[in-house]
Amino acid sequence: MPILNKAIVFKQENCGDGLQKALNMKPIDILFAVRESGLKGRGGAGFPAGSKWMLASAAQSDKKYVICNADEGEPGTFKDRLLLTEFTEQVFNGMTICGYAIGAHHGFVYLRGEYSYMIDEMQATLQQLHNSGRLGKNILGSGFDFDIEIRLGSGAYVCGEESALIESLEGNRGEPRNRPPYPANTGYMGFPTVVNNVETLATVPILINKGVDWFTSIGTEKSRGTKLISVSGDVDRPGVYEIPYGTTIMEIIEMAGARDVKAVQVGGASGICIPEAELHRNISFEDVPTGGSIIVFNNSRDMLKILENFMEFFTEESCGQCTPCRIGNKKLLDGVFMIERGECSVQYLRELISLGETMQVASKCGLGQSSPNSFITIMKHFGDEILSKY
Amino acid sequence: MLVSEINTLTEEISSLVEKYGAGRQSLLPILQEIQIRYGHISDVAQQEIARLLDIHPVEVYGVTTFYSFLNTTKRAKYNIRLCKTISCDLTNKDGIARALERELGIKFGEISSDEKYSLAYVSCLGMCDQGPAMLINNQVYSKLTPRKVVEILDQIKGR
Amino acid sequence: MSDNAYKDRIPVSQQALVIENNEPEKIGGTINIEINGTPYKVPFGMTILESCKMHNIHIPTLCFHEDLCIAGVCRICLVEVEGMRTLQASCAYPITQSIKIHTSSEKVRKARRHILDLMISDHYGECYSCNRNNNCELQKLAKEYGVDFYRYGHVQEPFYEVDKSSYSVVRDMNKCILCRRCVRTCIDLQEVGALDAVNRGYDTKITTFLDKPLAEVICINCGQCINRCPTGALRANDPSDEIWEAIDNPQKHVVIQTAPSPRAAIGEEFGLPAGTSLTNELNTALKMIGFDKVFDTNFTADLTIMEEGTELLLRLKSALVDKDPNVKLPQFTSCSPGWVKYIEHFYPEYLDHLSTAKSPQQMFGAVIKTFYAQEENIDPANIVSVALMPCSAKKFECNRPEMDSSGFKDVDYGLTTRELAQMIKEAGIYLPELSKSKFDEPFGEASGAGLIFGATGGVMEAALRTAYELVTGRPVPFENLEVLPCRGMEGVRQASVHLENVKPEWSFLEGVDLNFMIAHGTANAEKVMEALRRGELNDIHFIEVMACPGGCIGGGGQPIPTSLEIRKKRAEAIYKEDEGLPIRKSHENPHVQYIYEKFLTDGPCGHLSHKLLHTGYVKRGSYIA
Repeated sequence: MPILNKAIVFKQENCGDGLQKALNMKPIDILFAVRESGLKGRGGAGFPAGSKWMLASAAQSDKKYVICNADEGEPGTFKDRLLLTEFTEQVFNGMTICGYAIGAHHGFVYLRGEYSYMIDEMQATLQQLHNSGRLGKNILGSGFDFDIEIRLGSGAYVCGEESALIESLEGNRGEPRNRPPYPANTGYMGFPTVVNNVETLATVPILINKGVDWFTSIGTEKSRGTKLISVSGDVDRPGVYEIPYGTTIMEIIEMAGARDVKAVQVGGASGICIPEAELHRNISFEDVPTGGSIIVFNNSRDMLKILENFMEFFTEESCGQCTPCRIGNKKLLDGVFMIERGECSVQYLRELISLGETMQVASKCGLGQSSPNSFITIMKHFGDEILSKY
Repeated sequence: MLVSEINTLTEEISSLVEKYGAGRQSLLPILQEIQIRYGHISDVAQQEIARLLDIHPVEVYGVTTFYSFLNTTKRAKYNIRLCKTISCDLTNKDGIARALERELGIKFGEISSDEKYSLAYVSCLGMCDQGPAMLINNQVYSKLTPRKVVEILDQIKGR
Repeated sequence: MSDNAYKDRIPVSQQALVIENNEPEKIGGTINIEINGTPYKVPFGMTILESCKMHNIHIPTLCFHEDLCIAGVCRICLVEVEGMRTLQASCAYPITQSIKIHTSSEKVRKARRHILDLMISDHYGECYSCNRNNNCELQKLAKEYGVDFYRYGHVQEPFYEVDKSSYSVVRDMNKCILCRRCVRTCIDLQEVGALDAVNRGYDTKITTFLDKPLAEVICINCGQCINRCPTGALRANDPSDEIWEAIDNPQKHVVIQTAPSPRAAIGEEFGLPAGTSLTNELNTALKMIGFDKVFDTNFTADLTIMEEGTELLLRLKSALVDKDPNVKLPQFTSCSPGWVKYIEHFYPEYLDHLSTAKSPQQMFGAVIKTFYAQEENIDPANIVSVALMPCSAKKFECNRPEMDSSGFKDVDYGLTTRELAQMIKEAGIYLPELSKSKFDEPFGEASGAGLIFGATGGVMEAALRTAYELVTGRPVPFENLEVLPCRGMEGVRQASVHLENVKPEWSFLEGVDLNFMIAHGTANAEKVMEALRRGELNDIHFIEVMACPGGCIGGGGQPIPTSLEIRKKRAEAIYKEDEGLPIRKSHENPHVQYIYEKFLTDGPCGHLSHKLLHTGYVKRGSYIA
């Protein structure tokens, strides 16, 4: 599958041997390089990867783990599918570098159950890496041992949340943990664990190979490097686009061939709805942060139906543990139905928006905290349109 | 279940426990393999897994029911799961759903009387650029059209 | 035995955050924090909730229970920590930095109110028709936060069928708020595993394996989940209507036996502090209600000691003198019906270790419908025998089919402390102000040994008081008969008593160390059983197990709430009452001596005892068909 624009980071011919270079460095230098690069988590939350690695590196423990979060479940996101099929080796190398930097010898790829058809090829790649001495014992003669195991999810969106993912790996219901303690300190089986998104890890070998200065020259002040964006919806050329941070939403959807745009959902069901008037906003941690999903809606679309789809998603995919998320999402969904039936007063709609604001601050994990985003933003921008229609 | 069937199941689970280890962290891989082999995780299997991993059966039940791809009741030979998430929805998921229902003569959430087909919705399959998409067991089919759906079903029927 | 064995089983997310070394000077001492603008010093690692409690700042809680590990799921205890975007669950947030906390800011109040509104919107039932009316944590919070309308609607129809299959525990999931205290109780505290959360999202619910009725799964009826349920979702199966009916029927001779633990706790139902014994006031109340006779279960507790103690000595004799390889030691106590069902389910291969002596409740049941009926010349068919117990499992026990050795159902109803308190209130009686009266003859007052059965270690202590004296002719060598190694709240306790200068008939016990263990709460029982399985307990002779934490005083029929502090106070009340009694050894109870003279004439473990006072067990196993 092509990356339609000019790829910057993810160009196969240009990725070089970051692993070899990393293993020639001291772990501490890798940690500093990753921190200096300003590389932030590509999964959406944007926690600085360097800080995460340093915390795990500093944690005293005889066992540590690296987990590649390949539970890509956000509606409208498929960039990890691309990375895991086209750049598999690079993802694994990123994990090995992370393991080397923090002192871990075991890595997991938590691959979502929906992608189980990819597992054979991934296993084959692991085998190749083993055969070429790039995985296993004494990697590339460095004396460093590292192994990677692929584990499958079984169809639960919430397992993309890092602590729920760890719970799932431990054989539990994928219910997010209380934090603190954070996984970097107390993760898989209680050991220090770095959980990074596929894209974050895939970026690392290139970052190491091409250097911090090169990496920081791309993107914006607070958002270094590039981002893979999965574009879908009402566009002519849906697909994965690599853009430097700071690129406007308008530019991205124009690349993908969007016409007659009514709104753009950035960040999937848990993201925010951007109306046409705000398309000049840019993708970056300082403006519109995202895990990489852009869904375009043209003028024929009914925003309430879209919202219904999102709220149904969360009512099912909430882990059901904490009150605000479990019942709150149901109330928001019921609210959508009430609007459809013409039974929702403006006053009750205000109550629901206020409930959404509570969910944003009171839910236990990122899923619950972000689940009302689309309700709030769609109602903010299209509330009048919706209420006058129904 | 027949005693001989239970014994086979127990042996199978024992070998899986040996393969993945006797800790609770082996639970999901074991459940996944049993799911693939039997199409569901029976109450006997749940209790055997619990016994061999030294956890409570109700915990296995709790885990099994948490994950969409694990079932405690018998499923069809071909489990058809149509992606209902927004991008596929925008690309005429409903049309595909109607085509599937028409062709198979069952509604979503149902199993055909010969236990060959089941129809269900699933959350995002990550094929948003190629919607509408569906899974038949572990195989993914994308860019579906009603006509293409019929072709795919014909292929399966031939098997 | 390590604690880790069961800790491994707890999902890490639900384990309490333990700071291994919480001596402040070693890990950085105290931390200066600010709560609502006022500076405080708190120990490093203490949670926000604990810190606030320490400084008398109230934070509402629901899923938090001090007996259980942290869940952090209800979110009602949220507070604002300056600098953090989201609100933090104070129960789960350990303070490791100098932070500024707001416990009642606008943001916090609004969030709490919303969370409460959500819970109420999903909670079916009207308070006045709920058995937890006035003692419901959700109701209390609704009042505290001034809830006066259903912001997000209200459930109009029950969604779940009420599970009344169990003799002991009724589950009404329509009232469940998914705080998961019952799950943590059942899995972590009791290691039973009858309940867990199943499904996901809005469909999440608490249920049994395969959604089976409670009576069909491995529930041991301990009722600990009831004691920790914040709402009316879990309650005991209440027989008070049938009891009222019997009382109102002039044909029926209604007798009640009262166990010591309810007497030490029932005051709590009337607003008294924990640890107030109302034994004699209760006698008066029961008569006012209309019971024909009030007996003291301690009488049969004394009888239990005679029977179970004799059984132990017989087992020891077989082992030491006859060198019988088949004799099963250690012997386990059998008076806790929750424990009996636990071992029947989980360790059926060890059932022969269980004393065959019935529990005091069932012994009394058999004695009332035989000996008492005979003495008083009453047709046992007309006797309705009620047992006031701290226990929900006693309801199951009296319904076991084999419990009919009198020719009738030995005990007709097991009544809990909570249910009796309700009956007393219904009769318009304020218990604490009643005059005192004595128990009825022919059983009268019992010994202090029977009384202390209520606290963990009590059966052991009572047994030692009798066995030691029987064997040596001297009182047990502890000051004031207080066998201190038996007392306390540690989960598993072990001690021994050295036997020397024994009476000639017990010469085989000369120089023997009598080794005993005590466990309470079935999670601790599991540790003991696993040690037994590993062959580590070969030199132990006698093990007391109580299914409930704290023993009967912490039983599943006791007043709600419960906590370690409350259980300690109830135990103290029992020990204090024992101290003041004239007779404190079972074998010295004149009524016990009388019944062996007049009725059970072939003595403890004799033929008639065996028929009336001993029982057998069922190998249930844990497989659910």
